[in-house]
Amino acid sequence: MLETIGVDSMNDLLVDIPQSLRLESLQLPNGLSEFETMAQVTALAGRNKVYPDRLTFRGGGVYRRFIPAAVAAVTSKPEFYTAYTPYQAEASQGTLQAIFEYQTLIAELTGMDVSNASLYDGATAVAEAAMMAHVHTGRDEVLVAGYVHPEYVQVLRAFGDGRGIKVRKGDQPNKKTAAVILQQPDFLGLLVDAPGLTRAAHDAGALAIACVDPISLAILAAPGEYGADIAVGEGQQLGLPPSLGGPHVGFVACKRDLVRKLPGRLVGTAHDAQGRRGFVLALAAREQHIRREKATSNICTNHSLCALAAAVYLTYMGPYGLRHVAEVSFKRAHNLAERLAALPGWELAFPERQFVNEFPIRVPKSSSVVKKLARKGILGGLDVSRWFRELKGVLTFTCTEVNDARALDELVAALQ
Amino acid sequence: MAERRYTKTHEWVTVDGKKATIGITDFAQSQLGDVVFLELPSVGRKLAERETFGVIESVKAASDLYSPVAGRIAEVNEKLSAKPELINSDPYREGWILKLELAGDVPSDLLDEQEYKKLTEAAAT
Repeated sequence: MLETIGVDSMNDLLVDIPQSLRLESLQLPNGLSEFETMAQVTALAGRNKVYPDRLTFRGGGVYRRFIPAAVAAVTSKPEFYTAYTPYQAEASQGTLQAIFEYQTLIAELTGMDVSNASLYDGATAVAEAAMMAHVHTGRDEVLVAGYVHPEYVQVLRAFGDGRGIKVRKGDQPNKKTAAVILQQPDFLGLLVDAPGLTRAAHDAGALAIACVDPISLAILAAPGEYGADIAVGEGQQLGLPPSLGGPHVGFVACKRDLVRKLPGRLVGTAHDAQGRRGFVLALAAREQHIRREKATSNICTNHSLCALAAAVYLTYMGPYGLRHVAEVSFKRAHNLAERLAALPGWELAFPERQFVNEFPIRVPKSSSVVKKLARKGILGGLDVSRWFRELKGVLTFTCTEVNDARALDELVAALQ
Repeated sequence: MAERRYTKTHEWVTVDGKKATIGITDFAQSQLGDVVFLELPSVGRKLAERETFGVIESVKAASDLYSPVAGRIAEVNEKLSAKPELINSDPYREGWILKLELAGDVPSDLLDEQEYKKLTEAAAT
């Protein structure tokens, strides 16, 4: 073959790469057998410090939740468990129906008219929603109100850079504002005035984007109820383990009049020639593969398997199960907040504000508190001063249904 | 009835004094097939000549709409949001898209009936 293309050696194919960047020879050890590989990887994994779920009190966007076995039983079916999501209607009715059901569940949960087939994570969902608002309003600025997850804001800025969108902190929209982005509960776990921020956005002719915790919607008002235009969020809590930051699943749902600006895949129903109900990709003209330069977004994919996990989780839990999970988490977190605030030198950072199942608390010597707990096998609160200088000495603690009453006792005892 | 003029991008325009009416041609609608959605601008917006003012989506394709003339949008055909198929059934009357208050002259390079017919015949072969 080298002769056919007119070169003498493989090295002649690399002439465009400077000599200094080339590796003359790569010294690799011999390969390992499967058995040897497993032994080596297991030994390496054993060096990780893994905190049990029940003794993990850290959230900050990713939460330990109980995941019913039904989730993996469905998602591991080979028909679903593929690297590529098949969208062809003639071959993939099962996949399309699963996505349609996911969309229906998200739309119901958020009180919105329509949800897409999912996005990568909460951060990209926030950024994509901002793009929608930018295209819809023709305005160039988005306003981030209060303590929105700092990593989401970072991703938003990265997206905005390329699209000429300015990201500003504040809650006073004006006629340049495309959208006000709020997080409910916010990054610290506190409730914000979502209806008020939504009204302020609308009064300025801007859209209101609500980034919400899906489990909290079992006990809090849905974004659709207070008139938000776009609801987004991180779906990790819906049946996905908190493994090394991913894969997660982002959701985005909107009002009907914004559907043509909604990014990503969207599955709808249709009837075939014999009148039978079926599922198809819908409104594909929104998408990048048809009108690349005019699309709101260049995302053409989604986290389908993770979205399926979320759909199974929500279906399995049902409205009562979800409410129970939210209520138990709420009660445990409030119980913990009370007990921690009673420790000498500890006080709630915002005692006048309400929270659901995560709360900020000011502690003496925050880093030594976290270290002390780690020594006892407990993953303590998150030091949020890492992102917010004004919150020096503030840790956020989280409780979910996996933190049983004894786990709370152990945490408090470790601090006494 | 004012004379209809055409663009190479298959829009038509009729001008009556300072008022211009804009739509897409019969040839355009026949090529697009069933029209299912139009994304249209709001009244009051100023359009430059050849500016994109919206999107037309059919079962086959999605295309941009260009304004043949410059002007301020005086009226948008509201019926199209509920019945986009008017574009197919009656592209020159009920299926009009925008009415503009003209700003400046009608461009001289718009095609007349004969020239447009030649263009579409060339496109068809």
